[in-house]
Amino acid sequence: METMLRMRKFEEHAIEIFSEGLMGGVLHTYIGEEAIAAGVCANLRKDDYVTGTHRGHGHCIAKGSPPFRMMAELMGRKDGCNKGKGGSMHTMDFENGVLGSNGIVGSGIPIATGAALSAKIRGTDQVAVAFFGDGATNRGSFHEALNMAAIWDLPVIFVCEDNKWAISVPREKSTRIQDLSTRASSYGMPGAVVNGNDAMAVYEAAKKAVERARSGGGPTLLVCDTLRQRGHEEGDAQEYRPKDEVARAKEIDPIKIMTKHLIGHGYMTAEQVEALYGKVEAEMADAVARARKSEFPAPEEALDDLFSEVV
Amino acid sequence: MREITYAEALTEALREEMRRDKAVFCLGEDIGRIGGNFGITKGLQKEFGEDRVRDTPISEDAIVGASLGAALTGLRPVPEIMFSSFLGCCWEQIWNQVSKVRYMSGGQVKVPMVIRTVNAIGRSTAAQHNERPEAMLMHMPGLKVVAPATPYDAKGLLKAAIRSDDPVIFFEQCFLYYTVKGEVPEGDYTVPIGKADIKRKGSDLTIATYSNMVHKSMQAAAVLSKEDGVEAEVIDMRTLSPMDMDTVLESVKKTGRLIVATDDCRRGSTGAEIAAEVAEKGFDYLDAPVVRVATMDVPTPFSKPMENYIIPTPEKIVAAARAMLEG
Ligand SMILES: Cc1ncc(C[n+]2csc(CCOP(=O)(O)OP(=O)(O)O)c2C)c(N)n1
Repeated sequence: METMLRMRKFEEHAIEIFSEGLMGGVLHTYIGEEAIAAGVCANLRKDDYVTGTHRGHGHCIAKGSPPFRMMAELMGRKDGCNKGKGGSMHTMDFENGVLGSNGIVGSGIPIATGAALSAKIRGTDQVAVAFFGDGATNRGSFHEALNMAAIWDLPVIFVCEDNKWAISVPREKSTRIQDLSTRASSYGMPGAVVNGNDAMAVYEAAKKAVERARSGGGPTLLVCDTLRQRGHEEGDAQEYRPKDEVARAKEIDPIKIMTKHLIGHGYMTAEQVEALYGKVEAEMADAVARARKSEFPAPEEALDDLFSEVV
Repeated sequence: MREITYAEALTEALREEMRRDKAVFCLGEDIGRIGGNFGITKGLQKEFGEDRVRDTPISEDAIVGASLGAALTGLRPVPEIMFSSFLGCCWEQIWNQVSKVRYMSGGQVKVPMVIRTVNAIGRSTAAQHNERPEAMLMHMPGLKVVAPATPYDAKGLLKAAIRSDDPVIFFEQCFLYYTVKGEVPEGDYTVPIGKADIKRKGSDLTIATYSNMVHKSMQAAAVLSKEDGVEAEVIDMRTLSPMDMDTVLESVKKTGRLIVATDDCRRGSTGAEIAAEVAEKGFDYLDAPVVRVATMDVPTPFSKPMENYIIPTPEKIVAAARAMLEG
């Protein structure tokens, strides 16, 4: 719950920063899809790996990336996790196992596969997770990587965030099958669909997949059924999208579902939930305030980091 | 004559060519309902239907490969690759298939297809959406590479590209789409592929350039004229492969000085090619070494101060010209 709230609050602030013109480029939010990264990453250790998408803030936060450094990155500041070189679509945090959000759809999938191969060769019990959208499953990189992971029994979990859209193209116009998890059978790995707005369901399904991967059982394809709440990116008016679907996306908000669950089962009281909101809000407000004060990089820093040795 | 934007000129070219020839069709991500990321195909699906203005899955390799298959069998596909950065995802088809099939088959086939794509720089979208890879494509024999700067050229060159029986990589520029307006005739005309255009006459110095940088070069030329009394000739290459070096050489013969202004990275660039050609064929005309004004050799950083630093600007062209004239 706390992780989901962190993601939500982080992005609410990011939207504000973006609308103030303090953030360049584009902003793709993860709002409404938080249960996926939260549920999956709750099964991961700090030394496990993830690769994210262009919608990658949630993946980083769930993996433990510090919000201040991420926000500073979004604002192009020196303290940003990529020293201002990456921005929203490319937040990377290797210390916490985040091998990168990615501006190129589907390109993180083979990278996670490679990280899993590396873990296997090095003889560690680390696992890797690739997050990607339903749209990405139409790229060759998806198919090539799944096949490779399967033949080599790699410890990788392929997590499809099936929000039914690739920008303005609905899934049924780009994929003939209804159940994307059936693609797993083409490569000889288990596949499952879960309710991607129910963090507990995601957690349980991912738990199985992670245990299987860690114990040498090989890869799994996990399809998380969800909906995007906002436009593809900020500023997208979504004219192509049925209005009632947007309304439904808000109804099945993963944070609402979790709150109901926690209170309903007596794990938390309404007051405790509210206190948690307050705590996370304070944490994020502090991160944003610090990021706002953070300095811009010197222009010449553009030339740093190209090669590891001076040439 | 009426003035329209660079974007409108492109849309008009597509519409007119699709009306003129049933073999012409468009395919690409999001090109139907929203008209692509930049709205260039907007309205075309309404007029021509989903068969001829086709939304594709996110499958760049298959978009280009399928276009090639269609081109080899009688159609004239115009695939759109949303950003030129994503050409990486269909490199194999472009490099090993599209550019080589006509030659390797001993001229048995024609490849009438136009890959439209968008170059960007200076938009704070970081390295993976900010690419100017034309030099890499120019380096592939068998492709025509076109990069118009004005609405007039955009319409005329796109029409010429669609009618060409060779594969054309057509680089648009996202900054030009809605900021640049210009006179464009209604109805049919073409601009020949492979011919440069002198956008400004001058006698003291030549600036060879194309696409976005034409506008920056014109700004620089205006400053040089006003503040230094130096008249720069600005040549818009328009087509990078084949490249019209005659126009450049003739100009350098007159001015004795050449600046090549491009917004791709400097090393191994289009500018390097132009400079090399002039060194080979026009060495005797030169009163000073050729100077390249280009993007620095790093991927594009996200943060504004850093991005601004690496990008070629009118000021950098002016400074290069002054140094050249003094030296
Ligand atoms: C290879 C590639 N092609 C196209 C794009 C442009 N693009 C960015 S996001 C996107 C849609 C992605 O859809 P999906 O994978 O379902 O993820 P979602 O945005 O729905 O989370 C597209 C087409 C890109 N970034 N990379």
